[in-house]
Amino acid sequence: MPRLDPVVSVAHLAKRYGDFVAVSDVSFDVAPGEIFGILGPNGAGKTTTVECLQGLRHIDGGEVSVLGYDPRHDSKSIRRRTGSQLQESALPERMKVWEALDLFGSLRTSGPSTEQLLDDWGLTDKADTRFGNLSGGQQQRLFVALALVNDPDLVFLDEMTTGLDPSSRRVAWDLIRQIRDTGTTVLLVTHFMDEAERLCDRLVIIDRGTVVAAGTPSELIDRHGGGVRVRFTHDGSIEAWLHGVPHVGAVSRDRDRYEVSGDGPVLAYVAAALVEHGVAPVDLRQERATLEDVFLALTDGGDAE
Amino acid sequence: MKLLAKMSWLELKLFLREPLTVLFALALPLLVLFVMGGVFGNDVDAAYYRGVGSMDYYVPAYIALVTASVGLISLPVHIAGNRDRGVLKRYHASSMPTWVVIGSSVVTTFVIASISGLLLVAVAMPVHRVVSPDRLGLVLIGFAAAALMFASLGVLLGAVLPTARAAQALGVLLWFVMLILGGAGPPPEVLTGAMGAIGDVTPLRHAVRIMHDGWLSLDAGLSWLLVAGLFCVFASAALRFFRWE
Repeated sequence: MPRLDPVVSVAHLAKRYGDFVAVSDVSFDVAPGEIFGILGPNGAGKTTTVECLQGLRHIDGGEVSVLGYDPRHDSKSIRRRTGSQLQESALPERMKVWEALDLFGSLRTSGPSTEQLLDDWGLTDKADTRFGNLSGGQQQRLFVALALVNDPDLVFLDEMTTGLDPSSRRVAWDLIRQIRDTGTTVLLVTHFMDEAERLCDRLVIIDRGTVVAAGTPSELIDRHGGGVRVRFTHDGSIEAWLHGVPHVGAVSRDRDRYEVSGDGPVLAYVAAALVEHGVAPVDLRQERATLEDVFLALTDGGDAE
Repeated sequence: MKLLAKMSWLELKLFLREPLTVLFALALPLLVLFVMGGVFGNDVDAAYYRGVGSMDYYVPAYIALVTASVGLISLPVHIAGNRDRGVLKRYHASSMPTWVVIGSSVVTTFVIASISGLLLVAVAMPVHRVVSPDRLGLVLIGFAAAALMFASLGVLLGAVLPTARAAQALGVLLWFVMLILGGAGPPPEVLTGAMGAIGDVTPLRHAVRIMHDGWLSLDAGLSWLLVAGLFCVFASAALRFFRWE
């Protein structure tokens, strides 16, 4: 649980579009200064959740607080102190970079200057370039700069890296860490598991409008990843005492190849026990489930698209 | 107000960066003027053109037509396109006030229509020896009223039509019907029966009549009232139906 007052607090959020239930029961808290992820397959309700937080959608049920404001009544106050990169939004093709920063900059009362933002996000030499002529990565940098134009306490980044090539995605990840390093809380919506595993301090996985798991990436992997497997090679028979090592579940052996499955800190205990018995394999290693394995185990793996 | 000024200036620059739209708004009225002027000259025939010279009739009518071109085509395409592409959604998420988005569209319409109208007058007066306006003040008021009416209709069309493509299709269709039947095409005297009746209900017909009132002192009947009424209807519907996405 977060130590300080949460920046975002969501309890039992519900949202319907006519008969279609987009979000049925979503709850989570976002602590100040963290990168918090919302993961889920396409159509799981991620974007709807974020748009409810921003006051862009009417909330049908539950309690929501963003920076202490209720989006139902105070969406203007929320928008004044947050920044956002929205899914499926753009700028006019012929708007120049400096014009966009200048326009959005005049909507706020404080925040960095246009020159500062251009400089911070490496856009100074693109200031006179039209939006439509920017590369995908440059457009992302401009969107980040626009999201930070009012020096927000919280930024929403929705599917920021969708459609980017692998190297632009790495650049975007660095941008997101940079935002967090300036003290701004980041709420990141994504369906990329590697992105969430690398970036997010904590996250929730949403499927069919409900939260199916919550925690740090490694907590989720520990809890839902089917434990840890330790592998090494050794010529002798050592199963007997291996079974007695703490946190060890099962031991299997195929000629000289050992596989020990267990949970949590099993690797450390196995390593210590091996050394104690004078066994020091050079290839001792741990294989761990990834967030992607967890995700696939918990969801239907994105059947919507 | 500062935000409105900034947004309007930006919208104008964006408009000027679209060569085809500029061509349509500024060059097409001149082209129509040349063709009609070449065909009809500026002779008076008591049976047509409400008894005035044909170019004396057409020039004030074309000024009204210019407000219709910008309001019916450029504006709806711009607004619907911005919604379709997610530009309005981005504005909304940044707390851009609705009145700034709509207001800047109206200001842009006004400026473009003014430039186009002045260009038209500057060419038509010397080339076709068109009479000077009887009451310049009333001409300016008529122009402002026509521009406001078509701007509010344009915002309404932009608000209810889903895409730039749909806005363009409907806008051009409306513009064409109004051009032919609304008094900026064939002389109203030759439009009989259904054509005349349809012409009478087009907003352009009444915009033309209020321009004729100021320029030529021809009776405008109820047209001033109708233009004001249509403005109120279009504007309130536009505000009612305006959507960010």
